[in-house]
Amino acid sequence: MSITVPAPDPALALGLDCPLRVIDLDGTRLSEPTLDPHLADIDETALADLYVDMVRVRRLDTEAFALTRQGHLVLWPPLLGQEAAQVGAARALEPRDWVFGSYREHGFALLRGADMSEFARIWKAYAHGGWDPHEINMAPSQIIIGAQSLHGVGYAMAAKMDGSDDVALTAFGDGATSEGDVNEALVWASAFQAPVVFLCQNNQYAISEPVRVQSGVPLALRPTGFGIPSMRVDGNDVLAMLAAGRVAVERARAGHGPTFIEAVTYRRGPHTTTDDPKRYRDEAEVEEWTAKDPIDRVERALERMGANVEAVRAEAKIRADRLAKEFRAAAEHAEPPTADAIFDNVYVQPTRRLERQRAEHRAFVASLAEGAK
Amino acid sequence: MTETLTLAKAVNAALADALEGDDRVLLMGEDIGKLGGVFRVTDGLQARFGPQRVIDSPLAESAIIGTAIGMSYRGFRVVTEIQFDGFIYPAFDQIVAQVAKLRYRSRGRVTMPLTIRVPYGGAIGSVEHHSESPESYFAHTAGLRVVTASTPQEAYSTLRAAIASDDPVLFFEPKGKYYMKGEVDRAVVRDLETANVVARGRDVTIAAYGPTVETALRAAIAAADEGIEVEVIDLRSISPLDVDTVVDSVRRTGRLVVTHEAPAESSVSSELITSVVERAFAHLEAAPERVTGYDTPYPPSSVEHDYLPSLDRLLDAVDRTLGRRNSRTDLDHDRLTSAAMGAAR
Repeated sequence: MSITVPAPDPALALGLDCPLRVIDLDGTRLSEPTLDPHLADIDETALADLYVDMVRVRRLDTEAFALTRQGHLVLWPPLLGQEAAQVGAARALEPRDWVFGSYREHGFALLRGADMSEFARIWKAYAHGGWDPHEINMAPSQIIIGAQSLHGVGYAMAAKMDGSDDVALTAFGDGATSEGDVNEALVWASAFQAPVVFLCQNNQYAISEPVRVQSGVPLALRPTGFGIPSMRVDGNDVLAMLAAGRVAVERARAGHGPTFIEAVTYRRGPHTTTDDPKRYRDEAEVEEWTAKDPIDRVERALERMGANVEAVRAEAKIRADRLAKEFRAAAEHAEPPTADAIFDNVYVQPTRRLERQRAEHRAFVASLAEGAK
Repeated sequence: MTETLTLAKAVNAALADALEGDDRVLLMGEDIGKLGGVFRVTDGLQARFGPQRVIDSPLAESAIIGTAIGMSYRGFRVVTEIQFDGFIYPAFDQIVAQVAKLRYRSRGRVTMPLTIRVPYGGAIGSVEHHSESPESYFAHTAGLRVVTASTPQEAYSTLRAAIASDDPVLFFEPKGKYYMKGEVDRAVVRDLETANVVARGRDVTIAAYGPTVETALRAAIAAADEGIEVEVIDLRSISPLDVDTVVDSVRRTGRLVVTHEAPAESSVSSELITSVVERAFAHLEAAPERVTGYDTPYPPSSVEHDYLPSLDRLLDAVDRTLGRRNSRTDLDHDRLTSAAMGAAR
């Protein structure tokens, strides 16, 4: 791989003053010169599809939250408020592209076709991973902050080496931008002009720490120092996110290298079900962002377009309820792993040492059963 | 057919043959291209296979491993180089939390056939961070294989096995032995978990790996002068450890000395001696001994000869297992070295 350093461009970052937006809070369609050309195909039906996607993602999230409170899942990191950021970006990709995300990427997992019964197993502590990565082209969710950004860049480099125009998208949060791995990923993506999309969902908090602890400048400014073009986008505007994703994906496919998207959004729920956000933020702030709800905004936009919103809402509800039912059944009725599975998949070629430990544990378990007789 | 190669050239030959044999094999690391690596181990490979397959990377160890992971998802078999042992720590998370665990995390659906080459060990007279033996950090992590080599032949064959393995492998290269010469037969095949008995003896077993195998062979030759038969085992694999071979030997000798350059605490010798005591306690005639680096940071190299396991310390340990007084003061080191080199081949 040869290293090419792009010339510095003062206009590398868009939206620093005001995040790029194409649907206003009241549903008005705004003109945005960078994004508009990428939305020419979005009619009423396409927007309704995005609406249904977001409703389904939210329903999955709220159902999982409830299942955790009811004791069926052990933990859940909610994404309430971030539906547009994930749905918009996910719909900018093709199935052949790859996603490398964090542990909060439920929207990506759902839209890429993760098997919900397997997905539930992660949050039930039955498995560390919840889908077949090679089936849906999405790496296992990543808990180590920012580690997946390097995997995304490596995948993109490999795609380029293969002569394909496949793209990798790596998703992470605002806190991750402080990690060495994310900064190294930016260095490598720039050096090798890797066809990668960096999606930073700035949900304003890394557990309790507000984003100003991570950065005194907009996060979208940072990649410009690495020579990577960047867009600061209204992350609660699904069309803006779709268009920004398309801009980034098209650049990557055309061989123009990496793009960074900062989705300015808000995590309205706790960091996870064990968190208590009242200790670090005001309810008024949450209400302010609730007023910018990404789903409500699309309803208003559909109304303005003259769509039959009632019908769209009804369709969304049917599909979301079906999903919730499927997910609940998976969570309630999943079969726990056997103790023997502890020893599976550590190595491709099992080691004598580990097989001996497996046999010892089996014998111990058998001895307990023998003693109980 | 054999050829005479230095250990560094044997590594180079293994890399070249792997690149030649499989177009999904890539090399990536700092200065490995035009320069041929700081030890010239990758000399000529970029010129031969091109910068697409022998990649000079930016200076970021975590990214070397992290991006190699991404390439593995797409079916590449990446051989990464960490320039020096002491430079591996920035990549620690990517190695122990990612490379090691992705197969487990994905329940067998993701394969990480990475090889991580690490020149390690001392006796090169260098400055801080250039002489360490960090193998135990990785041996402690499930999902990684950790191997090393003691001769050019072992280096060639074990590295070929490491690259061919679908499991991730850390391949520790004894940089102090890079210029050791030996016969290499490229047809010799090695697995990644069988130890090798390199000298037979009935009285004491010395288990060694990497750079200390040669020292152990010298000890065996010196001890033979006094009628003591030392069996020398080249462990080859640090994780998993071939405890069976060592236990088999100790059942015959009743005495065990373990040697390595790494500090003693929570080390390969800790694990090996524990395993032998667990499985061959009744066969032991004496408490096992170990001859290792001390539990200090690696010292300034002007005094590294006092830190590293030496022939004299090893012979003292052999004597202790036999209940003999330590008396080696008149060794002909040159003769022992050349004899041991012959035995190592």
